[in-house]
Amino acid sequence: MPAIDPVVVVQIVLVVVVFHALLLSAAGMVWAERKVAARLQQRFGPTMAGPAGLLQPFADVLKLLFKEELRPKASDAVLFYIAPVISVGTAFLAFCVVPFGPPTTFFGLLKEPIPLYVADVNVAMLVVFAIASMGVYGIVLAGWSSNSKYSLLGGLRSSAQMISYELCYGMALASVLLVANSLSLKDVVEAQAGAWHLFGIPILPRWFVFVQPVGFFIFMTAGIAETNRAPFDFPEAEQELVAGYHTEYSSMTFAMFFLAEYVNMVTVSAVATNLFLGGWFLPPLPVWLGFVWWFAKLSVLLFFYLWIRWTLPRYRYDQLMQFGWKFLLPLSVVNLLVTAAGVLYFGS
Amino acid sequence: MALNTVFFYLFGGLAVVASLLVIGQRNPIYSVLLLIASFAALSGLYILLDSPFAAVTQMIVYAGAIMVLFLFVVMLLNVPREDAAEWDRSHPLNKPGARRLGTALSVFVLVEFLWAVWHMAGRFGMPLKDTSAGSVSSVAAIGRSIFTDYAFPFEATSILILAAMVGAVVLARREQE
Repeated sequence: MPAIDPVVVVQIVLVVVVFHALLLSAAGMVWAERKVAARLQQRFGPTMAGPAGLLQPFADVLKLLFKEELRPKASDAVLFYIAPVISVGTAFLAFCVVPFGPPTTFFGLLKEPIPLYVADVNVAMLVVFAIASMGVYGIVLAGWSSNSKYSLLGGLRSSAQMISYELCYGMALASVLLVANSLSLKDVVEAQAGAWHLFGIPILPRWFVFVQPVGFFIFMTAGIAETNRAPFDFPEAEQELVAGYHTEYSSMTFAMFFLAEYVNMVTVSAVATNLFLGGWFLPPLPVWLGFVWWFAKLSVLLFFYLWIRWTLPRYRYDQLMQFGWKFLLPLSVVNLLVTAAGVLYFGS
Repeated sequence: MALNTVFFYLFGGLAVVASLLVIGQRNPIYSVLLLIASFAALSGLYILLDSPFAAVTQMIVYAGAIMVLFLFVVMLLNVPREDAAEWDRSHPLNKPGARRLGTALSVFVLVEFLWAVWHMAGRFGMPLKDTSAGSVSSVAAIGRSIFTDYAFPFEATSILILAAMVGAVVLARREQE
């Protein structure tokens, strides 16, 4: 029997751990969403299942599992079941190029430090972008194959929305690429190490959010629109479209769309952490605890997501398109030009 | 067999099978999806060729952007499922003249394909030229060559695309009363 390369074992373990961590993070986000929503509306939220309602997401999943699976008669059987799989698949896939900490031994638990990412691709930013653009298919096909008017309208709306905001998303990525001079997420994070000094005193961490505040704003706005979250949650605008593209879905197929939405939120926040918030660097604090700082920043961004959802009302659809094409896109083009000029003048 | 070879046959086979199935579908939506699958398999082949940038561009431009538009057109025009009997009776391509032309063209393509295979026969397993320089894997190198060696074709293509965009806007605009 040939010897098994320990690197392969580590890689497999990493893949399994990341996959389940994403599943758990989706469960955690469901719980957090309910709690935050409740608190913002002066309620308590789930309290019965487990301590502080922590087991609520698992109860939800069990409930969904035991529900009846329904498929409308006029729907397209194959596409109807492929659509949620595409949604979940792309949601999970995007995370594989996102690093989430410096190489670590887990407090001396392991002999050799292991890198904390599934794959370090030298075009990681573009991979994230490409997979995000594949995610549209799940929603479009769900809307079309259901063969019902609300589903179709929801699917069309969301795809138009995602195509419009993808441009701004890409422009924001390009402006970071100009500053960092690399497409690899790992290199981008390493470019943000250290702090700016004033008279020898470190005053500001070298995060790209301070170099690219407009880029950060564009990225987060486009990210929220890409993940179809409030105030851009048109695909499922309840008052107009019942539940949009997943109107006809029940039981686990519905749960898969639900899961995809939360995993996408985690991925967008993780990418934003790496691109703008310095990844695992938090200057006065030690880097070897990097993954802790990384998770702290991720949680802040995810809380921001929930906070926005329960604060802002939904836009109107024409306002969304106006905002995307007439404000955000010109802004991101100008931002890109200014960044390019700055890099040329100051030399990155 | 090396892992690379396994993946080559996997992706190559996927691309060929998906492309063949594209023309065999009665429902145009399935054709679009199979075309996407074929593009994805091609992008896998690019990764095997050590050019992740080409692979990702393939996914973003073809599988992502262009095929979404295809899907839109097919969905919004609501192209009906093709009926076999209907196809035999009334399709404009099923006229005797068109049929002969199609046959001639497919024979021509087949001959061309066999000729290409015949001339490649001795060269399987030989390294393709200039893979060692890493000339295709670096994004910076691609950018540099686009804006120096290929500056004119690049700009000419940009103007062509811009003209097409302006034309589309003019055609799609509603007349103001």
